[in-house]
Amino acid sequence: MSGAVIEVADLVVRYGTATALDRVALTVGAGEMVALIGPNGAGKTSLVNAVLGLLRPASGRVRLSGRAGLVPEGRQMFDDLTVEDNLALGAWRRRGRGARDTAPVYRALPRLAELRGRRAGTLSGGEQQMVAFGRALMAAPDVVVVDELSLGLAPLVTADLAGHLRALNAERGVAVLLIEQNARLALDLCGRGYVLEAGRIRAEGTAAELAAGPAVLDAYLGGRAGGTEGSGS
Amino acid sequence: MSAFVQYLISGIAVGCGFALLAGGLVTIHRVTRVVNFAQGMFAVVGGMTAGSLLARGLPHGAAEAAAVAVTGAVGLAVGLAATGRRGTDARAALIVTLGVGFLAYAVEIMIWGDGPRSHEGIGGAVTLAGAHIQKQSFLVIGVTAAVFALLALFFGRTYLGKALSACASNPYAARAVGIDVVRMGLVAFALGGALGGIAGVLLVPLQPVSYDSDVLLITNGFAAAVLGGLDRPGVALAGALTLGVAEAMVAGYGEASYQTVVALGLMLAIMTWRASRRSALQEEAAR
Repeated sequence: MSGAVIEVADLVVRYGTATALDRVALTVGAGEMVALIGPNGAGKTSLVNAVLGLLRPASGRVRLSGRAGLVPEGRQMFDDLTVEDNLALGAWRRRGRGARDTAPVYRALPRLAELRGRRAGTLSGGEQQMVAFGRALMAAPDVVVVDELSLGLAPLVTADLAGHLRALNAERGVAVLLIEQNARLALDLCGRGYVLEAGRIRAEGTAAELAAGPAVLDAYLGGRAGGTEGSGS
Repeated sequence: MSAFVQYLISGIAVGCGFALLAGGLVTIHRVTRVVNFAQGMFAVVGGMTAGSLLARGLPHGAAEAAAVAVTGAVGLAVGLAATGRRGTDARAALIVTLGVGFLAYAVEIMIWGDGPRSHEGIGGAVTLAGAHIQKQSFLVIGVTAAVFALLALFFGRTYLGKALSACASNPYAARAVGIDVVRMGLVAFALGGALGGIAGVLLVPLQPVSYDSDVLLITNGFAAAVLGGLDRPGVALAGALTLGVAEAMVAGYGEASYQTVVALGLMLAIMTWRASRRSALQEEAAR
């Protein structure tokens, strides 16, 4: 592991008197794929927002080396703008010639090229997730943070996006922090993971270790017997 | 016929002034969700500053441009006061703009006194279809058309303009890609200040303004802007022209003191009609 792109230590996030994150520690190494799983309300999105500097933690340390591209929960399109403009704005932090050139994204995600003139608000959920992914790529990221890849999407669409994510990691060495409710999908995709529950890291380890862990099975795979295919809203 | 043409053109000219004001309201609201009640003040300050600079001997053009720059800076200052503190609620910011507007009364009276003031525009008149029309009216119309065309280009074609629209469309996503939403709001306030200033600079030669003229201006500008839900500059422009012409017709053929009442009544009727049509459509769609 050649240095970490994301390093979080002793992170505490509070909303008023409620504690959303309690002394959380998490590391994502360069070129690593890391899963963060946990049920609704565990504090996953708070962690994402703290990592990206979108909220100020009460205490603790967050270090982000390099650029992060975010695929936010709920896709968060610029509804009134075209796909092309949505992508171009992903490069806001970058300077220099060609930073706003969207052609590489269309090459990586050919489906988007057909939609480039469409207003983002008129697209399907899967198409929007693709735009959100492309917008994150426009930041030329060292790490892509995906806040709920599968939420509300059809299994085929999810599989397609997961494939793109894997390819991005394998071909370009971009690190990935994948936040998922669907633990099976996340542990399938990532080598290592963390389990967040009620604002605390309850378990961490390799994907195999986590998948075998009884506590994880109980709490996050929907009971010992069940799967979590197509976890809805 | 000649009277009609005269009322029509002067109505369009005044409507253009309302449109510039409404354009500023829409620009600020789109980006910050704040209804800027200090918008009329920008026009008053713009008009009076231009008059003072002309009186000091600055040539036309330079004086007006400087006045617009001043109102741009005033807009920025209002934006800082209203939204500069991170996390300020849009409704709280509205109250701040209202307060700043009243504070501006005091400053304006101290600088310019409490009487109406005016300055010369381009002067002269032309005869069109038998009607005497001030050249200034055509200047107002031409400049407004150019400004709205530039605004459309700015928001539709430039990266900064798109970033402003992005803040309006989805503030969370805008922040996620690294856009500083508060700073973009200040850009919008400065732009709104400049638009208000342009309105003042252009309108003052047609009708003198005093410190409290902002009430009439903001009332009309707001009525026009709210027609497009405070978010659509094109609809605001159409609404403003409708208001300007309606007021000129009422004043010309009827009683000048009723002009605002009648025009705003018309606006209310249009909004009611549009709202009822929309809900009828929604009922249709829900079936």
